[in-house]
Amino acid sequence: MLLIHCPYCGARPEIEFRGGGEAHVARAADPSQLTDDRWASFLFFRNNPKGLHAERWLHVHGCGRWFNAVRDTVSDRFQKTYKVGEKP
Amino acid sequence: MHPYRLSGGSCLDRSKPLHFTFNGEALSGYAGDTLASALLANGRVLLGRSFKYHRPRGVLSHGSEEPNALVTLRADGGRVDPNTRATMEPLRDGLVAQSQNHWPSLGFDVGAMADALAPIIPAGFYYKTFMWPASFWKKLYEPVIRAAAGLGRAPELPDPDRYQHRHAHCEVLIAGGGRAGLEAALVASASGKRVIVADENAQWGGRSLPQDVHDLLFQLQQKPNVTLLLRTTVFGIFGHNHVGMLQHIDGAPRQRLWQVRAGEIVSAAGAHERPLVFAGNDRPGVLLADSARQYALKYGVAPGRQVVVATCGDAAYGAARDLLKAGVKVTTLIDLRPDPHVGLVRDLQALGIDVLTGQTILGTKGRKRISAVRVSGKTIACDALAMHGGWTPAVHLYSQARGKLRFEESIDAFVPGSDVPGFRSTGAARGERLPRFAGMRRLPAQGFVDFQNDVTAKDIALALREGFESIEHVKRYTTTGMATDQGKTSNMSALGIVAHTLKRPVPQVGTTTFRMPYTPVTFGALIGAHRGPLFDVVRETPSHAWAGARGALFEDVGQWKRALAFPQAGEDLHAAVRRECRIVRQTGGLFDASTLGKIEVVGRDAREFLNRMYVNDFARLAPGRSRYALMLREDGYVYDDGIVACLAPERFHVTTTTGGAARVLAYMEDYLQTEWSDLQVYLTSITEQYAVIAVQGPKAELLVPEINNLGHMGVASGTFEGIPCRLFRVSFTGEVGCEINVPWGEGAALWEKLCERGAALGFTVYGTEAMHVLRAERGFIIVGQETDGTVTPHDLGLESMIGAGKRDFVGKRSLARPDLRATNRKQLVGLLTDDARRVLDEGAQLVADPREPIPMTALGHVTSSYDSANCGRSIAMALVAGGRARLGETVYATTPGGFAAAKIAALPFLHG
Repeated sequence: MLLIHCPYCGARPEIEFRGGGEAHVARAADPSQLTDDRWASFLFFRNNPKGLHAERWLHVHGCGRWFNAVRDTVSDRFQKTYKVGEKP
Repeated sequence: MHPYRLSGGSCLDRSKPLHFTFNGEALSGYAGDTLASALLANGRVLLGRSFKYHRPRGVLSHGSEEPNALVTLRADGGRVDPNTRATMEPLRDGLVAQSQNHWPSLGFDVGAMADALAPIIPAGFYYKTFMWPASFWKKLYEPVIRAAAGLGRAPELPDPDRYQHRHAHCEVLIAGGGRAGLEAALVASASGKRVIVADENAQWGGRSLPQDVHDLLFQLQQKPNVTLLLRTTVFGIFGHNHVGMLQHIDGAPRQRLWQVRAGEIVSAAGAHERPLVFAGNDRPGVLLADSARQYALKYGVAPGRQVVVATCGDAAYGAARDLLKAGVKVTTLIDLRPDPHVGLVRDLQALGIDVLTGQTILGTKGRKRISAVRVSGKTIACDALAMHGGWTPAVHLYSQARGKLRFEESIDAFVPGSDVPGFRSTGAARGERLPRFAGMRRLPAQGFVDFQNDVTAKDIALALREGFESIEHVKRYTTTGMATDQGKTSNMSALGIVAHTLKRPVPQVGTTTFRMPYTPVTFGALIGAHRGPLFDVVRETPSHAWAGARGALFEDVGQWKRALAFPQAGEDLHAAVRRECRIVRQTGGLFDASTLGKIEVVGRDAREFLNRMYVNDFARLAPGRSRYALMLREDGYVYDDGIVACLAPERFHVTTTTGGAARVLAYMEDYLQTEWSDLQVYLTSITEQYAVIAVQGPKAELLVPEINNLGHMGVASGTFEGIPCRLFRVSFTGEVGCEINVPWGEGAALWEKLCERGAALGFTVYGTEAMHVLRAERGFIIVGQETDGTVTPHDLGLESMIGAGKRDFVGKRSLARPDLRATNRKQLVGLLTDDARRVLDEGAQLVADPREPIPMTALGHVTSSYDSANCGRSIAMALVAGGRARLGETVYATTPGGFAAAKIAALPFLHG
């Protein structure tokens, strides 16, 4: 079980969290302006890198806050975790 | 008293005799004995039958790597513990052990004819032979194979024992309490770090004698920051140094599962001694050389009265000397190497031991115990054979921690290679403190490689001939190193044969993956206290006790227990549902809807937020009004539905489906926190703050006159019967009615009061089944039943709910995608079967032509189907391709007995 540093609560076991997929995939301010292809890309396509990956986590059984993390998908080592709106 | 007992035995307390039985025979031993040492002391060598060939087997080792001596322990209260390693079980008074894998008795086993058939049941036999015809597999092969296969039998009664879970944190966790582990603990503890040392055995010291680690142990016992745990196996290393340990207590609790988060893990797991592979190497009386030494020195047990030692390394010379010193007669040492160190040989010869060098073991004799060993030119009588094939560092934990192994020529074994942060190995587990392997590789033609799985050298050769060259394929084809052995005794022998046959160096052959658990973990320990009523959380509604007392039938809805129906005397479920449905429409009914998800949405931007989350336009939703609302996912498919009620300009009471309560709140929070953090909105789950009683039916106003003050979809806050209340005039039955929200704690009393008054008016209480039927009669959907994550508002005929003037909402952009605007999408329609009494199966597929050859064209499926008392016939809802343009057409639904014709009908079935 991973040990995850919630930026609000500190280190907590993975069982308190829920993963939310790739981070920094912003919803367009006005989706109606996007082509079907661009919208489909937003909806369905995500990176799946071997190595460092910026991803979303929710401290669901804790403070209930979403935050972001950079994790190495090979070693599961977290490089850092940071609040929504902060730079990786 | 014990025919094979010697005078020594540093672990024994001879002042405490213990009595036990083995296969019903009364035997005795001493405190400090293991079950295996006590059996050997009593001259019991034949302890079980092997897995596949039912060959007689005895003790191979003295530790957790034991593949043969698996027994079933029985105790009072239905306690049955199969596949217990006799080598790991401390002897206790009254212990009852039985051997396994034989019928009718250990000495005479019918299944042993499998051994005679061994030449024709090699590796892969089951795969090749029992493939055809398919029907034979289920009826004939599988039952026969299953009856003969397997190790011990699973217990049949519930486990009466208790198991416990414990969590712990430490700076350093040390796996293994041999000399290396204890030394590491002493160093680590010096700076005040919290140190846990766990060892699977009942004594400290590993292969060292207790007196040799006494001082080390004494120092550690004085330190308050050191926790010493015996009979505790580190069985798994998980992410970020999360460690699983199983502690055997044999009291209350019987076992304890530890989960430890360790700053650093030190593996001091030692090394396993390798068997030699030769014909007849599995005969009872053949055991590992160092294990023979351990039995003699620690337990005062002679492995035999006339012992032969066989080796391909130096370590066995020391074992032979120690055995002799302990009073065991060692007659001969057979060294497979032609030129062992002269000094070693002379030392043994000086002690009167005959040393044969450059010899190959051609076979062994004896049925239930070895009687002789055959080498070139002579047969040597013996009743025990102690063998040594080198050492294999126990790299299991390192490998589980994702370390990459490296082959070390000097000890002929894999050792930890790459660095793993937060993990290190020490002592023999790292390949240190092991004698240089001066052994030789020779291809054995026969003999067992994996004792537990009955895999022979021949099987591995066969796998290679058939093209399974990858070591992982060899493992799967032959099963070598699988199951609880996890390669402990078998791994290097199998690798050696593969490398030799393929003429490849061992590192190129590689090794298989070591998986957790290191040794088996009981389900009881994993489950801990989470059994019976504690298996999962049970959520009860306010009417639960009342309903239970009246014989209601309950159903599980997630963790909730909901009343399904309230059968009266003589009624079955079906009759009860028909009655409840009829009375609701004729008079009225009461329904506990407390499980509905409820979220309070508050704040300056609450209205704007709801406008973005739901398809509806709430711009003009005034305080005191509510609306049925649909929520989509970003891909345009329906996610949830419910009521959005405006209590005040910046305060909304939103309901969700029962199953959606948690995920809808999480979904809203996600958008609020990550996309629209500029909005000032606060979300609060109030699901468990409000009990909800639905009063439905034409006479609802007699029970709740307050609804007359509200128009349809009106809401009011106030008091009801003196209780703070939020009253919603809404209906999921299509009848006049309301949902009364009161504080959860008031729900039960109000429910009883309303039921009493309702009964006087001829009302019924109704359960979830009637609720389902009543809403279907009116064509109302249930999210998750009519929808499956691929259904749009248009598919449901609910497109008019979409706020046409809204610039954006979640899912809006997707509704404009070509696929979601296609005309032939599956649409929600009604189905009326030609036979009005036939109730279709929910999920049944629909076709246009039942004579169409397979594969048939599926038009859609039945989503809901009921017998409707109010309609006087069966009704069904279905998703049908282009369905709304096919009203009146006949389709055919699959049934277990063929197709049933039904006509597509408009919804609803009943108009208000």
